[in-house]
Amino acid sequence: MAAFTIKVNGTTHSVDVDADTPLLWVLRDVLGMCGTKFGCGIALCGACTVHLDGTPTRSCVTPVGSIGDQAITTIEAISKTPQGKALQQAWLDLEVVQCGYCQSGQIMSAAALLTNKPKPSDADIDAAMSGNVCRCGTYQRIRTAIHHAAGTRED
Amino acid sequence: MPHHLCVPRLDRRGFLKVGAALSGALVIKVAVPIAFRPPWAAEAGPSFDPNAFIRIDRRGVVTLVMPMVEMGQGTYTALPMLLAEELEVALDQVRLEHAPPNDVLYANPMLHFQATGMSSSIRAFWTPLRQAGAVGRTLLIAAAANFWSVDPGACRAQQGIVLHPSSKRRLPYGELVDAAAILPVPPTDSVALKDPQDFTLIGTPAKRLDTPDKVNGRAEFGIDVRIPNMKIAAIAISPVFGGKPKSVNEAAARTVKGVCQVVRIDNAVAVVGDHMWAAKKGLIAAAIQWDDGPLATINSSDIIRQLEEASKQPGGVARSEGDAQKALAGAAQRIDAIYQVPFLAHAAMEPMNCTVHVRKDGCDLWVGTQVPTRTQSLVAEITGLPKDAVKLHNQLLGGGFGRRLEADGSVLAVKIAQQVDGPVKVVWSREEDIQHDMYRPYYYDRLSAGLDASGKPVAWTHRVSGSSIYARYLPQMFKNGLDDDVVEGAAEPPYDLPNIHVDYVRVEPPGVPTSFWRGVGPAHNIFVVESFIDELAAAAKQDPVAYRKALLGHNPRALGVLELATRKAGWGRPLPAGWGRGVSVQFAFDSYLSQVAEVEVTPEGSIKVHRIVCAVDCGIAINPDTIAAQTEGGALFGLTAALYGNITLKNGRVEQSNFHDYQPMRIDEAPRIETYLVKSTASPGGFGEAPTVGVAPAVTNAIFAATGKRIRILPIDTATLKSTG
Repeated sequence: MAAFTIKVNGTTHSVDVDADTPLLWVLRDVLGMCGTKFGCGIALCGACTVHLDGTPTRSCVTPVGSIGDQAITTIEAISKTPQGKALQQAWLDLEVVQCGYCQSGQIMSAAALLTNKPKPSDADIDAAMSGNVCRCGTYQRIRTAIHHAAGTRED
Repeated sequence: MPHHLCVPRLDRRGFLKVGAALSGALVIKVAVPIAFRPPWAAEAGPSFDPNAFIRIDRRGVVTLVMPMVEMGQGTYTALPMLLAEELEVALDQVRLEHAPPNDVLYANPMLHFQATGMSSSIRAFWTPLRQAGAVGRTLLIAAAANFWSVDPGACRAQQGIVLHPSSKRRLPYGELVDAAAILPVPPTDSVALKDPQDFTLIGTPAKRLDTPDKVNGRAEFGIDVRIPNMKIAAIAISPVFGGKPKSVNEAAARTVKGVCQVVRIDNAVAVVGDHMWAAKKGLIAAAIQWDDGPLATINSSDIIRQLEEASKQPGGVARSEGDAQKALAGAAQRIDAIYQVPFLAHAAMEPMNCTVHVRKDGCDLWVGTQVPTRTQSLVAEITGLPKDAVKLHNQLLGGGFGRRLEADGSVLAVKIAQQVDGPVKVVWSREEDIQHDMYRPYYYDRLSAGLDASGKPVAWTHRVSGSSIYARYLPQMFKNGLDDDVVEGAAEPPYDLPNIHVDYVRVEPPGVPTSFWRGVGPAHNIFVVESFIDELAAAAKQDPVAYRKALLGHNPRALGVLELATRKAGWGRPLPAGWGRGVSVQFAFDSYLSQVAEVEVTPEGSIKVHRIVCAVDCGIAINPDTIAAQTEGGALFGLTAALYGNITLKNGRVEQSNFHDYQPMRIDEAPRIETYLVKSTASPGGFGEAPTVGVAPAVTNAIFAATGKRIRILPIDTATLKSTG
């Protein structure tokens, strides 16, 4: 008996879990989509960022029962958007990644930023990205890569 | 396959086929000297063992079984570069596998067991992997020369192909492996290694092999492992170290939808469920009551008081030259200071986790660990299984920083899994991860120096007090009341310091497990030394850079980085009011680094670090872009600790629990970091930890320049920086 029907990256899934189950654990443990990461569990680090109808959302505090028919997009499908594709390429071009664990969330937050602000300023980047923690300290390259993907700076 | 395949660059399926082609392959063994073996490898073989394996298959694909693990430092790119340079293949021809645990085959020749730590990977494998590549190239060229009946000296190799230029003939490696595999292997030291000026790959900013799957969510970290029929366990460890569960409402936990089982072990309770949320809710429902045990009254202040007392007595002598006490007594000016650095958690982004399947006849573990053989031995001990029956499948690490040099998480997971039928993934919450870390020790240091009338140091004493990690971790490394780590950076400052006495008093904090943290000994000692030398410059009324330079006459590489960093930073150029510049110089992990920080202190006392200029002399830089990345990231790691890092105890419990009170630096606070490399032909130094080390003193020295206030206790207490006027 499926309790909830959710649409992830264009595919509909039925999941039999309590309504308060965070989307993060539905994605990772129920659907086996492990690109979305667990970092803190209380929306302090952004590792679990996904999009709900394009809005960046911390899946660790988003109960599955609250999602309804909003479209869920995860790191596994962000390359299908022009922003996601450009960002992934910029991440590679500028060698942003170190351990890589937070980068799914970083790219998801950055993709939402570029959708809303195709030419973000440094202040826009600070505002959109300061919820995403990177313990390896890749922030400088994240900033440059966002500008690179947006074509706002040639680095 | 005993190990998990790691897939850079090309597709997973294409790579898996390589294993099947193993029969027709050239296998190259790497010889590395192993000086001694740790206790858990006691039965290992003789002193010169074949080490990491390299296979070249009939398609020309080169597989390197990686003895070291990737945790962001770039070793999965830099080590293959060493091999590819001498083997004459393109970097993207190299495929990587995580090595299974095996100290005979994969020991780190610097650390003497299979471990990724102490910034040692490049230093350890710099020669062996190039030699292995050269042996492979020599064999492949010989095979081609035989085939063509020409002199091997008339052939050369390039991009995985042997060429005979005069006849314009060429054969790819894949077609030569069968013939090469039956040729006598030349002695390792008989093959010529390239002159560094002929390097075509080493020294170039090569693209990292592990990156493509890390931007699309495909990279598999330990926490992402999925085994058929696997359950998920959430864990609650006794909040007081050494406590035990007293009562657990198992029935209530089992009523939670998705919960399968409640497991009690000596110091923890785990709830096993279909997914993490069920397990977490089960833990809450279990309403665990704890028997806190004898450590429930310990507070940070007790630990600091204990250190303060113990540090009054002399300790194990790390270095003593001249007569420091006599010189102090006769000095024109005497300066005394006490420095303190706090307990620190690692807080890697990937919380602690381990997946285990225990059966009667064996045990499988899936975990990202810096110490696979240490883990394997501990698990064999707990389970009573022979080591061979404990299979460890190493994974990419979502940050290490030293945390994954410990096997405590795997040990707990195995104890839980022993009670679970089938595989179980034990995942720690962030709160458990921070409150049950093994912490960078609290250190309490006493220093004194004497200056002559010109301000030059004539005496220097430094007493370090705190935990010895080695005394627990590798007891044979703790000798005469001392280990090398705890005084590294203190015993050998880069400066001319006559009459120096450095000693160490071991004090183990009750109830607080301690361990290695990025930068290890130097991360503490270089903060202290570089702050204190700054104090001496101030006491001598001299410019901190000029003062250091005068003491570095015999140390050209240290002087070189200092001059480069200060020149690039514009040392001496005016700054706005409330701003200051500070400098540090260090030699650690066989690399030299100087950092200049530009810091603004507001009248309210808040700190903004605007810019950090770093000059690096790490010898030959294998991948200069990785050196820059480590400089940027390592500096932020050290800066985060200097500004915020502080684990404190109250009633035996760690007070911090998540990123709100164990605060990481965020993008809006991150300074601009500039990296300048000194071109060098010296053997490469380690660099994964170096930039973490010297950033705190550069910043606190800048604060002194801005405010006249000397920071001797970390983290920086901004309340002390408020302008009084």
